[in-house]
Amino acid sequence: MSAIKIEGLTKRYHDTVAVDNLSLSIEEGELFSLLGVNGAGKTTTIKMLSCLAAPTAGDAYLFGNSICRDTAAVKSLIAVSPQETAVARGLSVRENLALICGVYGFTKDKSAAKITELTEALGLSAVIDKKAGKLSGGWQRRLSIAMALISEPKILFLDEPTLGLDVIARSDLWDIIRTLKGKVTIILTTHYMEEAEALSDRIAIMRDGRLLICDTAAEIKRTADTDSFEEAFVRIVKGVAK
Amino acid sequence: MKMLTFARRNAKEILRDPLTLAFGLGFPLILILLMSAIQANIPVPLFEIAHLTPGVTVFGLSFMTLFSASLIAKDRGSAFLQRLYATPLSSLDFILGYTLPILPIAVAQSFICYLVAMMLGLEMTVNILFAVLFIIPVSLLFIALGLLFGSILTDKQVGGICGALLTNLSAWLSGIWFDLALVGGAFKKIAYALPFVHAVELERALLVGDFAAIFPHLWWVIGYALACLALAVFLFLRQMKTQ
Repeated sequence: MSAIKIEGLTKRYHDTVAVDNLSLSIEEGELFSLLGVNGAGKTTTIKMLSCLAAPTAGDAYLFGNSICRDTAAVKSLIAVSPQETAVARGLSVRENLALICGVYGFTKDKSAAKITELTEALGLSAVIDKKAGKLSGGWQRRLSIAMALISEPKILFLDEPTLGLDVIARSDLWDIIRTLKGKVTIILTTHYMEEAEALSDRIAIMRDGRLLICDTAAEIKRTADTDSFEEAFVRIVKGVAK
Repeated sequence: MKMLTFARRNAKEILRDPLTLAFGLGFPLILILLMSAIQANIPVPLFEIAHLTPGVTVFGLSFMTLFSASLIAKDRGSAFLQRLYATPLSSLDFILGYTLPILPIAVAQSFICYLVAMMLGLEMTVNILFAVLFIIPVSLLFIALGLLFGSILTDKQVGGICGALLTNLSAWLSGIWFDLALVGGAFKKIAYALPFVHAVELERALLVGDFAAIFPHLWWVIGYALACLALAVFLFLRQMKTQ
């Protein structure tokens, strides 16, 4: 079974078509990237798949559950790490993680075990009792991803997870994302070409809400007749690829 | 359980903000102390401790609106709510989670104000307990206003609307600091069409044990609280959909 099956997904805001008849399928355990310039429809697609926005037309199925009809089931399968920092600033790292455990109805023992597991996996032990609002951007992103992972999602949406981070913090996050490959189905949106190329099993490139291409990085470069993925992206988006 | 987890988080965020202590507790107490000092030198019936304290407890609740609206507006602005909207928390969990934790803070604020007033000479009677108990519907009104403003305003706008406008409205149109009959006319009519003066008169009647006099003020307070709560829930759900 596909982890995600999207069928003719469309989102219109008044006269603007944010996502236009998108159809694709994502396999379980795959790390799938959505690329595109600003306004391409990446974030709107994620919002629809995570039940934050209702589609105007079409549907998508997450492990067989419709985003239109089975929102409760979909929400129990997914976790979202939004584009902006989304942590409770007045709470410590531990309290932020405990909050998410509580929201998903974990027992006290399970919460404690998951908090230990995630803080060790994401290297958060050193800041576990610090207030989230006092952490640097890189630490807050780590916490944000830990908060998304602690609910044991089958599908994880990472919306521009490394935006605004320095090179080291970005490299650290890449390592964390690599460790998740194969265990969780990950949908990643990013503006960084090298990030998509380095991490993804497959990449979809969107423009004006439409899907232009969906393939591996190597195939996309071959299609665009270039060795540079960035150049391939530019050629495809500008419509000059072969 | 899920809702309580969210409510606990909201209580922690509010109580850990130093402004909560400064404005939520410090400011009303300073007003009681200051007005009592003035009263000691120049006696004015309006500022007698039994007359002043009910008004200050109501006025202090306008800061609950500020805390509530601030927290919701910040959560909306930081995408924290967007994260939580993708979890199994329901709309009711969000509304109760933002409303319930402020209620005990409001009751505690009122209780402490009466406690300090007793130290300053307010007679200790069972009526104080009734006054604290009936602060709950008044608190609901102010908390509903917080949910309402937090759902439609940004963090910065909340500071202006709730921090300045609402506190001034609840001060000027409540009869706490001057007798509304002295101004009279349209001003008095407007004041009595709003809930603030009714909340103050409800508390004053309870404190002196004149239970017949709590009506119609109690109905005004409950009516406004329910209307504001209904509008707040509608606006909160609407912003949830537009996330």
